[in-house]
Amino acid sequence: MAAVVVTSANFEAEVLKADKPVIVDFWASWCGPCKMLSPVIEDIADTEDSVKVASVNVDDEMGLASQYGISSIPTLLVFKGGQLVNQSVGVIGRDEILALAK
Amino acid sequence: MTDIIIVGAGPAGLTAAIYAQRAGRKAVVFEASVYGGQIVNTPEIENYPAIKKISGYEFAQTLYEQAKDLGAEIKMERVVGIKDGGSVKTVVTDKGEYECRAVILATGAKNRPLGLENEKALIGKGVSYCATCDGMFFRGKTVAVAGGGNTAVEDAFFLSNYCEKVYLIHRRDEFRAHEREVEKLRAKENVEFVLNKNVTALREDGGRLCAVEVTDKNTNEKQELSVAGLFVAIGQSPDNTAFENVASLADGGYIKAGEDCLTGTDGIFTAGDCRTKAVRQLTTAASDGAAAALAASGYIDSMDI
Ligand SMILES: Cc1cc2nc3c(=O)[nH]c(=O)nc-3n(C[C@H](O)[C@H](O)[C@H](O)COP(=O)(O)OP(=O)(O)OC[C@H]3O[C@@H](n4cnc5c(N)ncnc54)[C@H](O)[C@@H]3O)c2cc1C
Repeated sequence: MAAVVVTSANFEAEVLKADKPVIVDFWASWCGPCKMLSPVIEDIADTEDSVKVASVNVDDEMGLASQYGISSIPTLLVFKGGQLVNQSVGVIGRDEILALAK
Repeated sequence: MTDIIIVGAGPAGLTAAIYAQRAGRKAVVFEASVYGGQIVNTPEIENYPAIKKISGYEFAQTLYEQAKDLGAEIKMERVVGIKDGGSVKTVVTDKGEYECRAVILATGAKNRPLGLENEKALIGKGVSYCATCDGMFFRGKTVAVAGGGNTAVEDAFFLSNYCEKVYLIHRRDEFRAHEREVEKLRAKENVEFVLNKNVTALREDGGRLCAVEVTDKNTNEKQELSVAGLFVAIGQSPDNTAFENVASLADGGYIKAGEDCLTGTDGIFTAGDCRTKAVRQLTTAASDGAAAALAASGYIDSMDI
């Protein structure tokens, strides 16, 4: 399944109320490193059933970005049961991303 | 066994891979973070011959594909050491050990940190090394830039277009940056120059940067500036300490080597920003990549005789 595009309108339903851990990727089209992370994120979305993957375009969703104090992208946030449990700034590998959600 | 292992998939390392593959050698490139190296964050490159304008991301992506299409293998592993067994070298990574005949060190350089205690913990929480990447998150806020070179002055100018106020903190009262750029910045009403001062502490509130402490170089007087962001632009520095056993380092940690890209150890070569040189640019990184790969290939030939 591809990563779910998340906005402030569906953030609660898609992320906070999800029934499994959610990895949320904050990105923008002008951000080179974000574009390098995207294929890894999409691959996790396609192949890992144990986690849900969501993406937030910060240009469209500045509100969500500032709500979660994002000040550098790419940033990954991991939510479990509606709680923010982990985060990471910058490009990291597939294994490290999955470890965040363990 | 691999012919040539290249440490670092920046412009120098990937160019070396292209030349190695085209010379009929099997090249494996190890990369610790993102292929493409330092350039991936740059919005526009306008000084690479025959390419009028390209984004850093596109440059990196194209170079990566070019190396891969020629048969180079790129592995996402950090190299932590090299064992020199003469005709066989063992490259040790965070995931395993690999044997090869020649090594090219192309580890580049990284943004130099200020070296303050909580600096690393505040990255992404107010501390940044890239104004063009992260500036937009500070729209309407007060920020500081630390540094006195072109990058610092350009960053301060860029940020002054978005931010309420920008402090430019510099440890001298003269700038290394071009005078014209400094003058342009002086004309900005929302920019305040904080000169002869060092950033000596980062204050946090709820895990985010809220202020920086600056100390006057001459009087030792301390002062606190409330800022939501600090952009550190005090240059680049290399990290080659893991390779000291096979390459001697100059002051500042750069690998000692000339245009021939030889390290002084047989079969160990170096290329790009990580070596001692005057101009650190894409063109010179690419040039080194070619020189190092052909030298490595020639070295392997000489061993086969
Ligand atoms: C903001 C900015 C703008 C720039 N703009 C321009 C420009 O417009 N034009 C221009 O010509 N140049 C520009 N440059 C300079 C240019 O980016 C560098 O000269 C060039 O990237 C150097 O290439 P390199 O391969 O030597 O090193 P790097 O690009 O630093 O690449 C080295 C790679 O090695 C990896 N590495 C390091 N250690 C290890 C290890 N132990 N194991 C595995 N991998 C490792 C790093 O992660 C990195 O990916 C700019 C630089 C910056 C910072």
